[in-house]
Amino acid sequence: MTITNSPVSASSITRASSARPLTMAILAMGGEGGGVLADWVVAVAEANGYFAQNTSVAGVAQRTGATVYYVEMLPKTSESPEQREPILSTMPTPGEVDIVVASELMESGRAIQRGFCTPDRTTLIASTNRVYSMPERTAMGDGRIDSQGLIDAGKNSSKRFIRADFNKLAIDNRSVISASLFGAIAAAQVIPFSREQCEDIIRGGGKGIEASLAAFDAGFNAALASERPVVDLTIGSRPPEVEDSGPAAEVLSMAINNPSALVGPKLTQCAERIHSEFPEQARYMLVEGIKRCAEYQDVKYAEQYLDRVARIVQVDSTPDNKLTLEAARYTALWMTYEDTIRVAFHKTRKVRFDRVKEESRASDSEMVQVREFLHPQIEEITDTLPTPIGRWLLNSKPFQWIVFKITNKGIKIQTSSVWGFTVLYLLAKLRPLRRRSLRFGIEQNRIDNWISTLVSLAPGNGELAYQVCLCQQLIKGYGDTHANGLRNFTEIIDYIPTAEKSPDPANKIKVLRGAALSDETGTALKVALGQAL
Amino acid sequence: MLTSYLPHAYAWGHVGAHAPRLVNEGIIVMAERSFANEVQELRLGAGAEFRGEGILAVTKGLLQSGVAYVGGYQGAPISHLMDVLGDAHEILEELDVYFENSASEATAAAMLAASVHYPLRGAVTFKSTVGTNVASDALANLASGGVLGGALIIIGEDYGEGSSIMQERSHAFAMKSQMWLLDPRPNLTAIVDFVEKGFELSEASSTPVMLELRLRSCHLHGSFITRDNKRPQFTLKEAIENPQRDVSRVVLPPSSFTHEQEKVKDRWPAAVKFIQENELNEFVAEKNENIGIILQGGLFNTVNRSLELLGLSDPYGNSQIPLYVLNVTYPIIDQEVLRFCEGKDAILLVEEGQPDYIEQNINTVLRRAGDTTALHGKDLLPVAGEYTPAAVTKGVTAFIQKYLPSKINSENLPAIVFDNDDPRSPFAPRVAPELVQGRPPGFCTGCPERPIFAALKLAEREVGSHIVSADIGCHLFSINAPFNIGATTMGYGLGSASGSAFNAKDSDKRTIAFMGDGGFWHNGLTSGVGNAVFNENDQLLVVVDNAYSAATGGQDVLSSRAEALNRSTNHPIERAVRGIGVKWSRTMTNTFKVAEMRDLFKEALTTKEKGPKVIVAQSECTLNRERREKPARAKKIKEGKRVVRERYGVDPETCTGDHSCIRISGCPSLTIGPNPDPMRNDPIATVLDSCVGCGLCGENAHAAALCPSFYRTEVIYNPSWWDKAKLGIRQRYIGWLQKGIEKQLIGIDAA
Repeated sequence: MTITNSPVSASSITRASSARPLTMAILAMGGEGGGVLADWVVAVAEANGYFAQNTSVAGVAQRTGATVYYVEMLPKTSESPEQREPILSTMPTPGEVDIVVASELMESGRAIQRGFCTPDRTTLIASTNRVYSMPERTAMGDGRIDSQGLIDAGKNSSKRFIRADFNKLAIDNRSVISASLFGAIAAAQVIPFSREQCEDIIRGGGKGIEASLAAFDAGFNAALASERPVVDLTIGSRPPEVEDSGPAAEVLSMAINNPSALVGPKLTQCAERIHSEFPEQARYMLVEGIKRCAEYQDVKYAEQYLDRVARIVQVDSTPDNKLTLEAARYTALWMTYEDTIRVAFHKTRKVRFDRVKEESRASDSEMVQVREFLHPQIEEITDTLPTPIGRWLLNSKPFQWIVFKITNKGIKIQTSSVWGFTVLYLLAKLRPLRRRSLRFGIEQNRIDNWISTLVSLAPGNGELAYQVCLCQQLIKGYGDTHANGLRNFTEIIDYIPTAEKSPDPANKIKVLRGAALSDETGTALKVALGQAL
Repeated sequence: MLTSYLPHAYAWGHVGAHAPRLVNEGIIVMAERSFANEVQELRLGAGAEFRGEGILAVTKGLLQSGVAYVGGYQGAPISHLMDVLGDAHEILEELDVYFENSASEATAAAMLAASVHYPLRGAVTFKSTVGTNVASDALANLASGGVLGGALIIIGEDYGEGSSIMQERSHAFAMKSQMWLLDPRPNLTAIVDFVEKGFELSEASSTPVMLELRLRSCHLHGSFITRDNKRPQFTLKEAIENPQRDVSRVVLPPSSFTHEQEKVKDRWPAAVKFIQENELNEFVAEKNENIGIILQGGLFNTVNRSLELLGLSDPYGNSQIPLYVLNVTYPIIDQEVLRFCEGKDAILLVEEGQPDYIEQNINTVLRRAGDTTALHGKDLLPVAGEYTPAAVTKGVTAFIQKYLPSKINSENLPAIVFDNDDPRSPFAPRVAPELVQGRPPGFCTGCPERPIFAALKLAEREVGSHIVSADIGCHLFSINAPFNIGATTMGYGLGSASGSAFNAKDSDKRTIAFMGDGGFWHNGLTSGVGNAVFNENDQLLVVVDNAYSAATGGQDVLSSRAEALNRSTNHPIERAVRGIGVKWSRTMTNTFKVAEMRDLFKEALTTKEKGPKVIVAQSECTLNRERREKPARAKKIKEGKRVVRERYGVDPETCTGDHSCIRISGCPSLTIGPNPDPMRNDPIATVLDSCVGCGLCGENAHAAALCPSFYRTEVIYNPSWWDKAKLGIRQRYIGWLQKGIEKQLIGIDAA
């Protein structure tokens, strides 16, 4: 899936024989093996008639932070006998780096930003995997930056751009990224050492030689493949990563033309209804929605779901029916709210057991056990009980005390044991009771109110209805997180009449949603709403 | 896991919620990086080629100089020098060299007192400027009376990229106490030579000598030709058995006044003579042109690279522009400066950092001599900040363009000299700034300090926010996201002291201070805890006890739990604070118990008890633990023994992508990933293979009542027959029920 920006040039190879040192900057995160890689490069140079020098910055920068390792090398020629040691720089000069190795995609961006990677000189070898930064990880929604932007920057900032997921290649070979990147360096042929000369250095090392060589080989081949011209098949404006690029084209077209083919017999009627009553753009989402609701409760619940979205279709005048599409998404997500029954259901499924086993990387001779960390709040228990009982227990002091005693320190359940599985299995079996539960009634009410709000807003201001629809995104998580999200959602809904008086109410709601997503404490939203803190 | 202090319980309880128990009797723990193999090179005799890192070269230089004793305190960039010396104890013993891990830089500097009355060569090392700050009391006294034996202070100058401290120069210390400052060219031969020459200079001028190693020089890989190691000519044993004293060397009137006169009348001229005779400073192409560059030795390679880029030098240092290389940056040798400037129109001084001490000095030299050579420096080069190749190349280019424009081919300038908005510049914007986010250092995967701050964050949700004084050490990473805890850091071991003003008796709120075990033993016990007891300060002090001086690379301290070779360890922190008068003190032997930590914080912040409250939060540094445990685990698995490996996971079906779990952790292994749910947009939380199963995710899920998506996977290697029997029953039972679940779903999804 990668293309080269420019043909491979031989000029960088010949430069090594002139009196200019070859320079290499390795950008890695502390603890990733950047130091090992730099040591290998120095070793292969020294073993093959070169002077080589390697420096890095020491200290706490190496505790998971971004770090630069820097290597220079120069051949020992007749004018430079052993005694005549060259003066090599301890720091890279921007614009003068021959090879930049980045162990991660954002680090390649950092190399470009720091001027190490330039179009006239640099061969950029980058691993396309992402190690997300703290702001990307702690965002309350999707805080990921655009990987494609980094790929494009790499193309525009390098003479050659060799890229692959070298981290995955290393993991697949039970090794670390330094080995697969060393393979890529050897394949790039900018440093004038053969594959065998590089492999000899690994063989001379201590442990994990076989795994390192396997990862080296994978990295070597991936680097060669990376520079073979192929057509860039990327679809869409912003796939944060390949696995995330959405449903396949044939599934989408099937959802539009024959949604029944995507569901089982129980949902055929619903699917036919999607085909006849709903706009094309929303059909895939609706198919997923009916399956989700039916799995969550029953077929009747899926029908109810379609009834709800149908109310939106009547009034939707937004371009591409984007209101209907998002209403189809968020109505389904809301209707399948996370309660104890749903959690227990998913935790007991076979697919989940298989996934956990695979993820544990256990071989067949090893055993895998799974333990859950549950901390049910009193509300989560009363929520699943029939409304009158739930309401009564919620206010019962003795019941509160009992629940506190049991759950205060959290409950650990071994789902892989007979007892633990039985508990969760029985919980999941409470599904038929859900319709009569306290929370079910409350949630259905909230959903209908929200749909009604959308229906009332859509004819006058489709964009406003769309923005209000997206606010459902705020309601997620469990416990306090859920309560905070719901509070933020309610505050924004209550603000709609005020927003409608402003020149651009839709944008106002969008800004408020952004504020709610920017800060866990709700302070940013309060400020945006103009409330006193 | 909360215990009041019990001596016999003072070993690792268990680390990580379910980590294997370890009572490490007789286990020898070394620092994070072992140099056990490399130190063998220290035995090399004359004429051999030594290859390795800068710090190893320094050690070899010490042995070649006949050093009698060495001390120091770890800290980047010279931590590894201490580790090398520790790992080289056998070689040191063979050569009668005494080495100790000093309690602080002040201790190390005071150790040099051994060279005052005896012809003993001694060396100490520490991080600078911070270590030199701590050492300066002893250094000033040492420099006043002067030395008989050579005294060398090897300072790791933590300046520029990668530095973790305030940006200052050690040069000021050399000037104020009159110690000579060496800043040799960054190659191993020069560094080793200057270790040896440093001792000679010290003895020739009765003055302590500082050898400055720049950050990158310490980790510089290179080679040099060795000389034989030398035993000290005079030993510590001989000194102890023949006590000497000379009251004129003691800093007390009237001698102290005499010392000041000696410094300028005797020691300075002696040093100048030695430096000139031994040609410690270098002249390159001295008369080649009518301009020249004066530079600090440590910047030689950078300046040469700049000249290379302009076509004015080659990789072997054959500069066409005259260079005067100050391998000794203090004192400035007036005669050499005047000699270099003679017949030159202009000079560029390349002096890194501020204030511009050398520039002022050389200006005075030229002015007094009536020399009219123009002196450029910080007018063409940056006034502050690291002298990177980019900064130096720009400055050198401007200088040559001004005086010798014909020497440069303006058609072929290096890209770096162009303005940043010029498309030819390497800094021309090619990547959107928002795509490259900062990646500051943080807590490692499995770090036992992370749960302390998770617990404090949770406690503060209930009892409100507090003034938090931070300290120096890994725990300072708390100031960044996701914890955002800690407002000031005043120095090593000074976390408690820096909250001492906030002692308002009319406030219900108390302050919180953090301190590491390293800082505690360095000085925090007296400067912080003793001070708080004496002044009846109500603060809560959290001593983070991870059993090592961890941020500097895992060196042992007094309270380390392992039995260390040649060191006395296992001295509990709680006993020390109680000894100094603290009444309320608790030791948490497992920081991963987040809910207990949180409740303990709440108690400490609300108890009626007066005076300082000290919590010792104890769990072993995971880097050190994994370094020991990982091979041990692999060995057990290989031997067929039952071993349980743990890791955590997140169920993608139930994770809603709100990331509140990440906001109270920040663990590198707990990250985000694509959401497999076709209806959801936000990425889900996910646990990477690098998870070490520390248990924090599970504890957080409980303590913060987060979400039920977390689970722990236990992989049992070499399961017992009982494990296998259980597994058989479970698989049949669970498989049968799971079939029922799937049956229920038939007809919903397409077959």
